[in-house]
Parts: sequence; structure tokens; C-alpha cells
Amino acid sequence: MRVPRATTLLRFGALALLVAFLLRPQSFAPLFAPLTQYGAPPIYDQGNLLSLALAQLGTVCLAAAASTLVAVGLGILVTRPSGAQFLPLSRTLVNIGQTFPPVAVLAVAVPLVGFGEKPTLIALFAYGLLPIFENTLVGLKTVPAAVLEAASGMGMSARQRLLGVELPLAMPLILEGIRLSLVINVGTATIGSTVAAKGLGEVIIAGLLSSNTAFILQGGLVTGLMAILLYDGMAALERRLLRSVALD
Amino acid sequence: MITVEKLTKRYGETTVVDEVSFTVERGSITVIVGTSGSGKSTLLRMINRLIEPSSGRVLLDGRDTRSEPAHLLRRRIGYVIQGYGLFPHRTVAENIATVPRLLGWDTARIEARVRELLTVFSLDPATYAHALPYQLSGGQQQRVGVARALAAEPVVLLMDEPFGALDPIIRAKAQDDLLDIQGRFGTTVVLVTHDMDEAFMLGDRVAVMSGGRLLQYDRPAELLVHPADPFVSRMTGLADRAMRLLSLVTAGEAALPGVAEGPAVAPTASLREVLSELVWSGADAARVVDADGTLRGRLTLADILARGAP
Repeated sequence: MRVPRATTLLRFGALALLVAFLLRPQSFAPLFAPLTQYGAPPIYDQGNLLSLALAQLGTVCLAAAASTLVAVGLGILVTRPSGAQFLPLSRTLVNIGQTFPPVAVLAVAVPLVGFGEKPTLIALFAYGLLPIFENTLVGLKTVPAAVLEAASGMGMSARQRLLGVELPLAMPLILEGIRLSLVINVGTATIGSTVAAKGLGEVIIAGLLSSNTAFILQGGLVTGLMAILLYDGMAALERRLLRSVALD
Repeated sequence: MITVEKLTKRYGETTVVDEVSFTVERGSITVIVGTSGSGKSTLLRMINRLIEPSSGRVLLDGRDTRSEPAHLLRRRIGYVIQGYGLFPHRTVAENIATVPRLLGWDTARIEARVRELLTVFSLDPATYAHALPYQLSGGQQQRVGVARALAAEPVVLLMDEPFGALDPIIRAKAQDDLLDIQGRFGTTVVLVTHDMDEAFMLGDRVAVMSGGRLLQYDRPAELLVHPADPFVSRMTGLADRAMRLLSLVTAGEAALPGVAEGPAVAPTASLREVLSELVWSGADAARVVDADGTLRGRLTLADILARGAP
């Protein structure tokens, strides 16, 4: 019992630290002051850190929601007998989404949709598809054959079988895919600031431009803490949701 | 009543089931036996249309099974498979309630039925209703599988090697339970197995399949006495056919009036068991005695031996 208690404490400590820093960044100024030179401000002062963090989180969640919808939808489609022929095509598309660098996606997207949040959403959406798609695929394909046969044998329609048996059994893996996708994209989202999306990338870029290590560190640390806490939070949520799904 | 007419399944050039016809009487147990690849499972699955026949038809109480959508047909037919396929994310009670829920029964009726079935299958509802399948032993899972198949009071129960994964002691118990339950609910059962002993123990009639063809469909004793094909004799086994014949007759049926010294046997014991008892105890006659101690008659060695010859 000692070990989980320690990690829980650590988790709450990290959350408290993050919230405190975002609400009252100036009280951390003495900590960051040694990293600045020539009297530069130790705490980012060209925008509200809290609203930047929330904007970034919002973008990431929106992109993840879209990725989930498309990736799970595709995963379901290609595991149906009628959609099996689309598996290679879907896999290629999703792989391209992952291998094409998000920065390049931004470069392509800006001329099409303009500056701001939209190109970032597109880049994150494409980047986040792969883990969700692959996990959905594995989740649906590893439902035991006997369970599927029993479901059909009991008289479930294809739809009832999907919603009542296949998706619930694949859910642990699907949620894990969403978690991976979210965490990867919290970090990746900082590049959105290069095309004027609101986010913590702004802080990092400002730091790079003015050689202010304190800014770079602030943007990076807040992003990192958000990723870790999101990962933990999702994991806890999964455990709670799936407590009843006990697979030997 | 199930009528199977010239049922055929072809995959390309290969014929897996070849013009099979037979009739299963209401309330009887038919066992389909055959080696692997004989087409027995395919035949079974064509009855509930998990596999669509290439030609031929199946009538359920005179009605063509193709006259309704397959998933609606299957809700009227119980189905038990090897490995049971219990839904791992649903409790025992939810598993059993599957078909009644699909049929839209009201909650009170479903609850009462689940409780009844759990009790019938000696699973205490208080302990097991909310258990998850992985918390059950193999034998308990098997019982839940059968309970689930029987939940919506199907007229027909199809079973594909339902006891294959059980150890011998639990299997014998499960087979006895099936006979009990079949007697209680009057369900028509079609069971697939590769185990001839199981076929002889459970089957009112046995269908022997080989290479997709139905070689013989008869009472178990007829398979022994009048095999229609050398393969049937090979399946039933020539070496111990007399013993198999004896195993089909109970002491109660064979008992003759009279009294005898010697061991007491139950009327439900098979002649094979009585013979074994006589050999073991060195006696030359047994008394057939009811559970309440009433003498039903006697069986001498000679009576028994006469029953073992065609």
C-alpha cells in the first residue's frame, strides 16, 4: 500500500505545482531569475500563461476527439467483412499521418486554411490517428472467436454484436490509444505557435528569440507537466471505467 | 421437430456436407458423430444458419428456417459451443439474460428466469449472479453456457462439442445434468461430438457422418447390431460392441421377476455396470433395488450375457 500512496502524493504534488504556477506565476520569479541575463523578465509577461495552457489543452483535446472519431470509425470499418478490403489503404493513410512531420503539415496547411488554430488542428489530427487506429484494430481483432460466435449464435444482429460485445471488449485498448495520442500531441502542439495558434509554444519561441532560458524552461515544463498529468489522469479514468471488464 | 432435407454445403469445388437428410423428433436428443472434417459442425451450424446452406433446406416445426431473418431465427434456437464463448465483460446473470433481453422481456421476468436457471444448474444466485465469467471454474462456465442457451425457452438446443474442454469427472456430471434438464424442459437437442461414448450415452438417435455424408441415422443399438457401413462399425468399435450394447440397457428395463442373493444395483444402472459389479463381487446374480429399498427384480449373469448378443 505504501507505493501507490507515494505515487498518488507525487501526482497531486505535480498538479498543485502546475496550478500554482499557472495562477500565480510571479511568485515563482525568484526561482527563474538566475536563468535570465541583463535584467530580462524571469516570468513570461507577453501573455497569460494560464490562458495559453488552456488554449493548448483545448486544441489538443479537439484534435484528439477528431482523431478518435475517424480512427475508431476506420478501425470498425476495416474489421467488418464488407470493409476488409480497405485495411491496406486505411493503414497507409494513417501511417502517412504519423510519418509526415507535423511541421510539414503546418507548411502545407497554412496556404490552404490560413494562419491560426486550424492548421495546428489538422497537423495534430493527422499525427494522432495512428495509435488510436492501430489499438482499435488490435482490440477488435483479438475479441475471442468463441465470444463472437456465441454472440451471433444467440441472435445478436451485427450492430448489437459490435456495440454490445466487440467495442466494450476492445475499449481498454482503444482508450490506451487515445491516451498515447493525447500525450504525444500535448508536446507536439507547441509547434502550432509558429503559425500563430495560441499555446505554450509562444513562450518557448519568445525565449528562443530573446535568448531567455527562463521562458524556454517555463513553456517546456508546463507542457511536460500537462502531458504527465494527462497521461496519469487518463490511466486513472480507464481503470475506473474498466473495473468491470476483467479479462483473464 | 427438425426436418433436414438434402442439406448441402459447398465451398468452391469441395463439398463439406453432401445432401444430408434426417428428422429429429420433438423432445429427443440426436447426436451427430464423426471424425474431424466430417462436416458435422457445418451441418449443425446450417440448422441455425450461422452457415448458409448451398442447397437443401431445414424445417423447424414444418416452417422453413429461411422464412425469417437469421438473427431472429437464432433467438428461438439455443446454441452452446466448445469454449462456451461467455461474454467476459458481463456478469453471469447478464450472460444468461442475453437472449431474453434481445427478445425484450420485462426485467422482472428476466430476473425470475435467471434465478430459476441458476438454481437448476446448482449455482447459488447470491454467490454467482454477479460473478464475472473468469471467476468461475471450467465446469461452472460450461453450466452458465448451457443456462444462457436455454434462457429464452428455445424449442431446440444445438450443442457443438459442449463437453470437450471438461475433465472426465466433470464431463460425466455435465452429461447427466444435460439429460436431467432435457427431461425437465422437454427441449429438442442436437449435439455434435467426436466421442462415441458420449453419443451412446446421450443420443436417442445417432447420426454418423464421414466425408460430408450421413452414413447412418439410427438408434444406438441399431448402429451396433446393423451397421450400414464398415465405417460405422469402425466408429462404434468392434472389440467392445457387446459391452456397448449392454451399456444401452438399464437394470430396471432388463430386470426379471424373482429374488436373488448377491449385490444390490440401482434400476438406473446400465447392464454393463451390473456385469462389472458381478465380475468384481464374484456373484452370479444381482438384486435390482429402488432408491427407497423396494425390490424390482433380479438379474443373473446369463440374463445379462443374453442381452449383449445381437
